[in-house]
Amino acid sequence: MIDFSQDYFALFGLPRRFRFDGAQLDAAFRALQRDIHPDRYASAGDAERRLALQSSARVNEAYRALKDPVSRAQYLLSLHGIDALGETDTALAEEFLLQQLARREAIAEAHEEGDTPKLEALLEEARAAMTVQEASLAERFDTPQDLGKAREVVRELRFLTKVAADIEAAIAELEE
Amino acid sequence: MALLQIAEPEAPPLPRKHQLAAGIDLGTTNSLVATVRNGIPVVLPDTEGRPLLPSIVHYGADRVAVGYPAQDALVADPQNTIVSVKRLMGRGLTDLDDRRFPYRFIDAPGMVQFETRAGRRTPVEISAEILKSLRLRAEAALGGVLAGAVVTVPAYFDDAQRQATKDSARLAGLNVLRLLNEPTAAAIAYGLDNAAEGTYAVYDLGGGTFDLSILKLSRGVFEVLATAGDTALGGDDFDHRIYCWMIETSRIGPVSPSDTRLLMLKARDAKENLSSHAATPIVATLSTGERIDVTLDASTFAGITATLVAKTLAPVRKALRDARLTPGEIKGVVMVGGATRMPQIQKAVADFFSAPPLNNLDPDQVVALGAAIQANVLAGNRAHDEDWLLLDVIPLSLGLETMGGLTEKIIPRNATIPIARAQEFTTFKNGQTAMAIHVVQGEREKVADCRSLARFELRGIPPMTAGAARIRVTFQVDADGLLSVSAREQTTGVEAAITVKPSYGLADAEIARMLEESQAHAAEDVEARARAEAQVEAERVLAATASALDADGDLLAASERVSIDAAIAEVRRLLDASDRHALTAASAALNRATEPFAEKRMNRSIARALTGRSVDTLADD
Repeated sequence: MIDFSQDYFALFGLPRRFRFDGAQLDAAFRALQRDIHPDRYASAGDAERRLALQSSARVNEAYRALKDPVSRAQYLLSLHGIDALGETDTALAEEFLLQQLARREAIAEAHEEGDTPKLEALLEEARAAMTVQEASLAERFDTPQDLGKAREVVRELRFLTKVAADIEAAIAELEE
Repeated sequence: MALLQIAEPEAPPLPRKHQLAAGIDLGTTNSLVATVRNGIPVVLPDTEGRPLLPSIVHYGADRVAVGYPAQDALVADPQNTIVSVKRLMGRGLTDLDDRRFPYRFIDAPGMVQFETRAGRRTPVEISAEILKSLRLRAEAALGGVLAGAVVTVPAYFDDAQRQATKDSARLAGLNVLRLLNEPTAAAIAYGLDNAAEGTYAVYDLGGGTFDLSILKLSRGVFEVLATAGDTALGGDDFDHRIYCWMIETSRIGPVSPSDTRLLMLKARDAKENLSSHAATPIVATLSTGERIDVTLDASTFAGITATLVAKTLAPVRKALRDARLTPGEIKGVVMVGGATRMPQIQKAVADFFSAPPLNNLDPDQVVALGAAIQANVLAGNRAHDEDWLLLDVIPLSLGLETMGGLTEKIIPRNATIPIARAQEFTTFKNGQTAMAIHVVQGEREKVADCRSLARFELRGIPPMTAGAARIRVTFQVDADGLLSVSAREQTTGVEAAITVKPSYGLADAEIARMLEESQAHAAEDVEARARAEAQVEAERVLAATASALDADGDLLAASERVSIDAAIAEVRRLLDASDRHALTAASAALNRATEPFAEKRMNRSIARALTGRSVDTLADD
């Protein structure tokens, strides 16, 4: 079986860093899938088909983990032995939480009123906040590294991701 | 006279044989079969030159009719003439608005059944009649047993609907190479035909389903970024609106099932007429003697269907949001499905994207053509310069029920397939020894709002305090978009696994029984067919092994090579013998003998993909 014990960065032949060239990741991912995707083995033997399915699934998972900046940060932290989302944890900063409470209230209100444009504006706002946080994340992994701070940002970003997903769900529900 | 050729007595090299493969578009209203001939995808017509097969099955007094002959029974025998069965695939009675159907339904666990003159029939069996008819058409045209077929499904089909389609194809005697999403199939046909690059949307409005997929086409890779849709919205619904309008304007009373069929046919004709005319007369005489004589104009038609058109735009917006794109970032919108001929659809899409939609491929045929192209490649007929790859996604999130009837998502929608993901759960009570695992699909937080796919139990967990057990549940979605789930208690290794089939779909034994039943009445020679299938499979395994040995034979130790060669010799020896069971066993033995070799090859592929090309060259590969 393929050596999937190596980390995802090594799997794609990339340096183990937060900042890297996304085009390189894309190209390495495509090169791998071109050779191992189940479609390449549809007329092969049973064993090869099974292996292709498993390998391709692992490569997809690795790609997903590195492509998105938040999962990438989370994964990098895990390589340092830090579980970003563990339960036994310090709370998020009060200021951040208050902001999110206000945001959630606005979402609930817009949802109740069926105000799709308002929800769309809120979604854009949440995504903008995420973009700012993601940029700051890159700095945390630069020298000097501040993994503790990186972890906090990841937790906040996960929170925002959930908020954005909830807004999307609310919009989709109204559109139905 | 030319000299006759005589082959070497021992193990002649088998030429790489062209494998017979077909792409099948199993549609709500019409179905098609296509193949690749001399490198060009073509739809295979029936003996009278008609490319479409109406997706209609009639259970007559002594025979089953499919297609045009079945269509003739539509009005006279509505209860035994099944149309739009695709809408019922993988669906229970509670999912349906059964007032709209003239059938006698039976509520059965998992999937609704029909009471027909020929007995109870499931949607799977009825669809299999359509697929079988297409298989026979293809085999007659190509002159042999199909090595495999790609069958298309709406991208937004859930696991139950996909599984039902695959079961149906197996029941029809097809070797399913892949279930392919309809908009993706269209994108392949369009993309390869136009050497397209960039981000495209595929707007696919069929007879009963709607899909919107967004794909990135780049250097031979078709990557689906997001997909959304509605599996209960299609051209049928537009017909129904016209039908309701006719009844209202003509002020006629309750309509019999037979008259309903008649009026639905008139409605469809009117809809098709309005694609090229400003107005259309509708004239009909009902069995009651009542007469309908009205004229429907284009603007009235657009008015009564405006909500349906708007309903297609919600998934369009959702897919764009999921892909994080704006309409302006879409390079072109490929129109698929006969229903996209309606002017109001064309206008709505053009307005939304501020660009004229792409209509240069026949919207009825493009899906079957794309499926044929993929079937050809998957069957092993890939040409040397044919180096494209398809990366598709799962349309709906997959998850588990947790405490309080809430869904915990394990695999999110729009994740690239194949994919496998595991998550750990724990016990709720002290001493809990079993765990009920409820697999669901959908986006909503409450389990009750999602589709229930399967329930199974993990038993034999050793009694521990609440929260101490670690149960790892693994979801795997294959390249057909089909899910299998396994659960394992980590400290003891107690395991339970299911393919999400038994509870929602057919068990293997059931398929075997149905196959036997259908073959008992079949006109074809069952034994001859079984032998031909065993030969096709044996040739497939031989060809796969030969090309593997050709490419990577150096990976094998001498002793490994000897055992593979022996297995090959055995398959060849039995290839033309009459004992098909021995041949099947020999093929299986060859498969087993090549297992360690397969692993070595896969490792080499991975190594090759990365090393040997530096990261710099990868970037502009």
